[in-house]
Amino acid sequence: MVLILKVLRKNLKEGSRLVDLRKGEAAILERLDLPGEDAQRLMELGFLPGAQISVAHSAPGGDPLVFRVDGSEVALRRETARHLAIKRL
Amino acid sequence: MSTAAHCETHGPEIPASYGTLKTVVLVGPPNSGKTTLFNQLTGLNQKVANFPGVTVDHHTGLASLGEGRAVRIIDLPGIYSLAARSEDERIAYEVLTGQRADTPKPDAILLVLDSTNLTRHLMLAAPILSLGVPTLVILNMADDLKTRAGKIDREALERELGTSVVMVAARSGQGVDGVREFLASHMAAPKPVLLPVLQDVPKCREWAGSIGMSAAYRPPIPPKWTRRLDNVFLHPVAGPAVFGLIVIAVFQTIFTAAKPLMDGVQRLFDNSGAFIATSVPIPWLRSLLTEGVWAGVGSVVKFLPQILLLFLFIGLLEDSGYLARAALIADRTMARFGLQGKSFIPLLSAYACAVPAVMATRTIENKRDRTATILIAPFMTCSARLPVYTLIVAAFIPKRPVFNVPVLSGLLSQQTAAILGLYALGFAAAVLTARVLKSSVLRSERTSFLLEMPSYRWPTFRSLGLRLLDRGRVFLVRAGTVILAVTVGLWITANLPYHHGKPPAIEDSLAGTVGRTIEPVIKPLGFNWKVGIGLITSLAAREVIVGTLGTIYGLEKGADEHSLDLQASLHRDLTLGGAIALLVFFAFAMQCTSTIAVVRRETGGWKWPAIQFAYMTALAYLGALAAYHIWS
Repeated sequence: MVLILKVLRKNLKEGSRLVDLRKGEAAILERLDLPGEDAQRLMELGFLPGAQISVAHSAPGGDPLVFRVDGSEVALRRETARHLAIKRL
Repeated sequence: MSTAAHCETHGPEIPASYGTLKTVVLVGPPNSGKTTLFNQLTGLNQKVANFPGVTVDHHTGLASLGEGRAVRIIDLPGIYSLAARSEDERIAYEVLTGQRADTPKPDAILLVLDSTNLTRHLMLAAPILSLGVPTLVILNMADDLKTRAGKIDREALERELGTSVVMVAARSGQGVDGVREFLASHMAAPKPVLLPVLQDVPKCREWAGSIGMSAAYRPPIPPKWTRRLDNVFLHPVAGPAVFGLIVIAVFQTIFTAAKPLMDGVQRLFDNSGAFIATSVPIPWLRSLLTEGVWAGVGSVVKFLPQILLLFLFIGLLEDSGYLARAALIADRTMARFGLQGKSFIPLLSAYACAVPAVMATRTIENKRDRTATILIAPFMTCSARLPVYTLIVAAFIPKRPVFNVPVLSGLLSQQTAAILGLYALGFAAAVLTARVLKSSVLRSERTSFLLEMPSYRWPTFRSLGLRLLDRGRVFLVRAGTVILAVTVGLWITANLPYHHGKPPAIEDSLAGTVGRTIEPVIKPLGFNWKVGIGLITSLAAREVIVGTLGTIYGLEKGADEHSLDLQASLHRDLTLGGAIALLVFFAFAMQCTSTIAVVRRETGGWKWPAIQFAYMTALAYLGALAAYHIWS
């Protein structure tokens, strides 16, 4: 219960995150809350603010996730996807 | 990624007179099919080399243009930008701008882009065109684009980029003549076009998008088969099952399908050895050739089919695109040991050879992750351990099926299970070591995992063939140099000192004396002095022990006329416990001078290779000690 509340509060404060997307769902990337260099690498692979991202697959254990972005499929860990703010479609 | 890479520089000589040849650099993002195009252009005229002082390697080759003309082509590692954050990007930048003393400034650039994912790949065109060097933009996988209903106005793209554009399907060779035409032309510099601020990734992407739009680019429909296959290969239940089946199938094939081929090579050596024995009149020379060179080198060369099969499978997995899925499936497990999916690719390459594996770690940006991966890579069962494992397992483990039930009996023999067990042992040692390292001296805060999933593709015979040729060459060169030298050296020390004009019995020889000197140290492991000699000679390279034992038993055979083969001879010197101890020793020990050398180079000093060697040897000794006590 406490955990759920914590997650809820976190979500309210920070809005939706890429990690919250389920398989088949799509969203628009708003912001990358990552240090410059990590953000640059993601952006080169298509994770740019304004880009449409959907979840294509997940690894058998549920982590990492495979995202469909800018014409290709890129795998990211949940831990990283947690730092990407999205706006749901 | 370059899994089944290369252990050393090799290949046909490329003329040193680069002065008269034009230099052309091949660049492109990962998965753009750059290497396939390189293979098409250069064929067998290529070699692998390292830029001095850094860990980035590159392929160099000659592309023949007809009428005796040729250009030199340098294939750089795949890059997404020239931002110089990683070593790959920094070297690419230096080569392209002519800042490196070891390579001339390029006369032209071949920029390879995937036409099925053009808008994103076009981002790399901005920094490349800004260099002002004559550039040919190559839109690869044009056949895919067409069949998947995508299109592009090539001429409009030429206008937008101010430079020539060709459509190519490198896998089938379609359109490659257009590249040759460009190389044979005077190669004009690009016309100036308006480029975005290169450091601003969103601006670059915007620019690429508008260029694509102006060139009427219509992206292809998604690859249907890739999605269907991923629904199976990444399925929560089917995915890991397929993963496991592939691993078992690969190893089972390596050990069963390779057998007749290996026997064939063995017969070739036996017959030619018998021929030499009858045709060489001088006794000592006969002994050197048959018992020294032939027995030693032959017992190693016979493993060529098995090693080629292993590389064939790794090549198939890599070229088909499955390897990236395997890395994805493995990431969670790797994370548990403090590593990441990117460590998985070097570690998988280490199943072939630790040397390219250690070099492949440079894709890991995090320095501590990289060091940890380098330190555990030699625990993975490399192909040089295979000859040792196969010999001992074939001699001591029965062929019976593990599951003695009708359906399952064909699935797994005890021999295959034993070899798989050794692979698992090496893997366990690696991940446990990683865990210890990552929670102590090499702790790092956050590791990321970022991996593009390429579309599935049929591997081509050409690229698989070139890869196997490359590997076969490296293996045979090693057999012809290091192993030959050690074998001849061993034969000499095994035949000295002479008594009354006759060579000594092997236990009284120089080699035998050395073996018996170290015997007290290895006796607790169940090894005698003969195995001891093998342990010393295999410090050069693991598989040398097989040749050494071949030589020793060859000499003994000569002495007492018993015609025992290597396996039968081993039974006289090793108990089951000793044999298992020997397997465990080889699973853990760092018996490989090439690996020590490459770790020193990659970590920039002797500290890590020294620690690694001491640790692995200690673990090998203790592991063998435990194994011997358990099984005897």
